[in-house]
Amino acid sequence: MDEALVLARAQFGLNIGFHILFPSITIGLAWMLFVFRLRYERTRDPAWLATYKLWVKIFALCFAMGVVTGVVMSFQFGTNWPGYMNNVGNVAGPLLAYEVLTAFFLEATFLAVMLFGMNRVPGWMHLASTFIVAFGTTVSAFWILALNSWMQTPAGYVHDAAAAGGGGTLIAGDWLAVIFNPSFPYRFTHMLLASGITASFLLAGLSAWRLLKAPEDSGARATLRFGVHIAAVLVPLQIIAGDLHGLNTLEHQPAKIAAMEALWKTERGAPLTLIGIPNEREERTDFAIMVPRGASLILTHSLDGALKGLDAFKDRPPVAPVFFAFRVMVGMGVLMLVLSFTGTYFLWKKSSLPRWLLWSLAGFTFSGWIATLAGWLVTEIGRQPWLVTGILRTTDAVGKASGAQLGASLTAYVLTYAAMLLSFIVVLTHLAGKGESR
Amino acid sequence: MNQPLILVFTALMGGAILAYVVLDGYDLGVGMLMPAADRDQQQLMVNSIGPFWDANETWLVLGIGLLLVAFPAAHGVVLGALYLPVAAMLVGLMLRGVAFEFRIKAEGWHRELWNWLFWAGSFIASFAQGLMLGRYITGFASGFGYWLFALVVGGAVCGGYVLLGSTWLVLKSDGELQRKAILWARWGLMWVALAVVLVSIATPLASETVRQRWFSFPNMIFVSPLPIATFAAGLWIWFSLGKSDWKPFAGAVAIYVLSFAGLAYSLFPYVVMDRLTIWEAAAHPSALRFLLVGTAIVLPFILGYTLYVYRVFRGKAKGGDIYGS
Repeated sequence: MDEALVLARAQFGLNIGFHILFPSITIGLAWMLFVFRLRYERTRDPAWLATYKLWVKIFALCFAMGVVTGVVMSFQFGTNWPGYMNNVGNVAGPLLAYEVLTAFFLEATFLAVMLFGMNRVPGWMHLASTFIVAFGTTVSAFWILALNSWMQTPAGYVHDAAAAGGGGTLIAGDWLAVIFNPSFPYRFTHMLLASGITASFLLAGLSAWRLLKAPEDSGARATLRFGVHIAAVLVPLQIIAGDLHGLNTLEHQPAKIAAMEALWKTERGAPLTLIGIPNEREERTDFAIMVPRGASLILTHSLDGALKGLDAFKDRPPVAPVFFAFRVMVGMGVLMLVLSFTGTYFLWKKSSLPRWLLWSLAGFTFSGWIATLAGWLVTEIGRQPWLVTGILRTTDAVGKASGAQLGASLTAYVLTYAAMLLSFIVVLTHLAGKGESR
Repeated sequence: MNQPLILVFTALMGGAILAYVVLDGYDLGVGMLMPAADRDQQQLMVNSIGPFWDANETWLVLGIGLLLVAFPAAHGVVLGALYLPVAAMLVGLMLRGVAFEFRIKAEGWHRELWNWLFWAGSFIASFAQGLMLGRYITGFASGFGYWLFALVVGGAVCGGYVLLGSTWLVLKSDGELQRKAILWARWGLMWVALAVVLVSIATPLASETVRQRWFSFPNMIFVSPLPIATFAAGLWIWFSLGKSDWKPFAGAVAIYVLSFAGLAYSLFPYVVMDRLTIWEAAAHPSALRFLLVGTAIVLPFILGYTLYVYRVFRGKAKGGDIYGS
């Protein structure tokens, strides 16, 4: 790989990885805000209003971070990957445009009513605005995951050799097949649940942080309870959804599964590697701890099911990053399951949480970020060397920006993002530490 | 056969970019004026754009999105050639976006720091946009003169945004801040006038195509209403400042619409000056048709609720923390 390709990927990966942190909060948090607002509408209990007002500030912050990094992405499609639009623009372009048209304006406009309009519009309109923003975030996820899933498992396209113009010869034959491509329902569900979990751990974590400082804050106790309970429901659902998603990947992108599990050779009754160090040159996993027949059992639900190994694929992704990222994601999922169940147990038995558990939850405030990022690394690196599976290679889409240009702008992005992330976390913990009194 | 379809998308893209320039232009302008105001006034200024800036910036995503969707071949060429100014603009937009959110939650010197970053981000983004425009008009030609031209356009766009921002403040404020805004608007207008003269002299020198379109007979007669109307809009702003709250802003918007029409006339049918036409760069009709259906349904709603929000937040901006109020 040449320098420009590596830098272009590093830059785009950095940006898209930084961007996804914020939607992964806002999609889930928007619906939780709607619940808070609805409870206030029903009960007229000022505590719910105070909760809403605190968390809507945090939402606005996440939303703004998502908007500004999203603007960057819309440009980087062109600056970093001109070959993307030149080859599959006739399919990918409209999906992106629909996201802007049906979601972005809706979210940005009604967020203003949510934030600043409480005394300017009737109560029902304010409630409706909260709903519209939550709906908008979900619609936005719908389109972007339709596009990403299409890149993973393309469907519904035809070649029009006579096509003239700037978008290449590939066109959509059936838009419904493009949107509802084979991996879309799984990926969309997986991402919505991920966002719900990320937001519930953020809610529980920041509330726990507040309770460590002010144990009598009843608002923080309510949001802690809310976050822990939602997490205890969503994490098990996510494990089921993840398993189904994995089986779907096995069917449509077996090379990705082989990399995730470091299956070097095609065999029956393949063992499950719990942990180890993939050795790409020797095509084996060093220091591996294995469960005999485990991989076959999980992936084919049969002890001697046949699994294709990496040796069966000419085009295969780099193994180590996919292998490790997958283990980080699953590991986080298991820890989150334990923590949310333990929390639910204590809330049920004792109605309050011991300090060690509050500290654990506070430590897990951003755990959803780690799991979500790891998951995206698995699916995106696992698609390589393809940008669009079987259609367009990443190397054929890269732009011709020089290494110096990429390096200079990458440095600027890294510095900006580092400062933004630091400020974000400081402001968030500061806001939550102060509680709802202000 | 596909010409009407391509023309519709050219108009949509142009409309989205014009909407962006006017809408984000006023809030970038307000950002650039921050250091000229005292602390209470800064709060008022920020409050005056609070409910709007997110949606304003969305028009940029739509404009770039339509470039990407409708003219995929041009998207790569344009953004590739503008790599560094685009990166600078994006860093500027990010700085001001997050500074806007963070400054509300900060106190003491933290708030001063975010105020400063808000100004810096607004300035960097505005100047970079001007630079992009300057490079774009000349078809990304290389050479010292062309870069100098781009720098002048960068300065001109800053002046234009200051004019929009200050007339917006005339509309949204009263008292001392409004008096200041009137003064800023006069400076902004003079700045714009100087820039328009400079750019009007330089553009025909920089581009043969533009010279042909504007300064050959009989074109000159047909296009002469544009500069005359722009001049009239300038006078309208100058003489309505201090007498009317809304007229100066309307005049500033008119200047933008007229300049944009002039630019569109200079370029058409090129999407990359002298190199790539809209007909060559356009996406496949199947993609355009699919998108047109949705656009026809959704765009009226977007315009409708945008107007609704401007109505909800009409009137003079108030001081203090406007969250939850």
